[in-house]
Amino acid sequence: MSASISRSDQQLAQQLITLTEAGMPLVADPWAWMAERMNLSVDDTLALLQRLQDTGAIRRIAAVPNHYRLGYTFNGMTVWDVDDEHIDRLGEIVGNLHFVSHCYRRPRLEGWRYNLFAMVHGLNAEQIEYERNLIRNQLGDACRADTMLVSTRILKKTGLRLAAQRQEK
Amino acid sequence: MDEFDRHLLNRLQHGLPLVRDPWGALAEELDCSAERIRQRLQELLDDGTLTRFGPMFDIEQLGGAFTLAAMTVPEQRFAEVTELLNNIPAVAHNYRREHAFNMWFVLACPSPEGIQHSIAEIEALTGLSVLNLPKEKTYHVGLHFPL
Repeated sequence: MSASISRSDQQLAQQLITLTEAGMPLVADPWAWMAERMNLSVDDTLALLQRLQDTGAIRRIAAVPNHYRLGYTFNGMTVWDVDDEHIDRLGEIVGNLHFVSHCYRRPRLEGWRYNLFAMVHGLNAEQIEYERNLIRNQLGDACRADTMLVSTRILKKTGLRLAAQRQEK
Repeated sequence: MDEFDRHLLNRLQHGLPLVRDPWGALAEELDCSAERIRQRLQELLDDGTLTRFGPMFDIEQLGGAFTLAAMTVPEQRFAEVTELLNNIPAVAHNYRREHAFNMWFVLACPSPEGIQHSIAEIEALTGLSVLNLPKEKTYHVGLHFPL
């Protein structure tokens, strides 16, 4: 997976994670802010960011919205027990629905029969129920059972905290 | 949230351009000053509309690992177990959901071994068993909220 990321870039990326995991200040020159702390030139910093973005190690440099505050207070984790023979084809179709933010195949386990997960978001309960029905239509007979787990409370949302884990070791 | 905010947040969800003067480039796109963009973003961070500004890493490309996990937590222990989990740095997100499995959390660790270690730690701390559901295949990831 990470074959295209050099060892030195891997190390720099780890430093960058530690530096920015709680967020970056909104300074006029963010690359200079990073460069100073990474002990790199500004040009080298920008080139590093470009390489990490090209290899997928950085998805983007962005602001993470709190979707609850934006009115998207309803999210449903829809889960489906889909025929193994058809799941990959159907997973692609469901993942392409515009209201699905994440779509994964996960294992079936003792006490857990659902192998397809699709997260849907909406402004109200009716909207996510409607979205769930659209998924159901796509799956048809290949789906044997499904349910939707509605989130009623965010208990924690900090995102990555890798530095603290490394220090524990 | 006004029209300007909507444009700004929609644009920024796609990422800051990797050019020498990123705020200047955004300002040109949005037809306003770079100062106004930064000032408004700061306000949105301060009031909690935005939770973090910075690089979004795909830690699996960097040797790290994620999993989705769930537990059935007895109602009378819910607050206590929430606090135990939330003090573990590997727990990146934790949601209460309406299901027999009523606590769903994402573990993010610097290595795949870290996931096993964290699950063992959580089971030991809570005395509850963890349903570990690592993804086997990704069909889509793209958290983008049209505003």
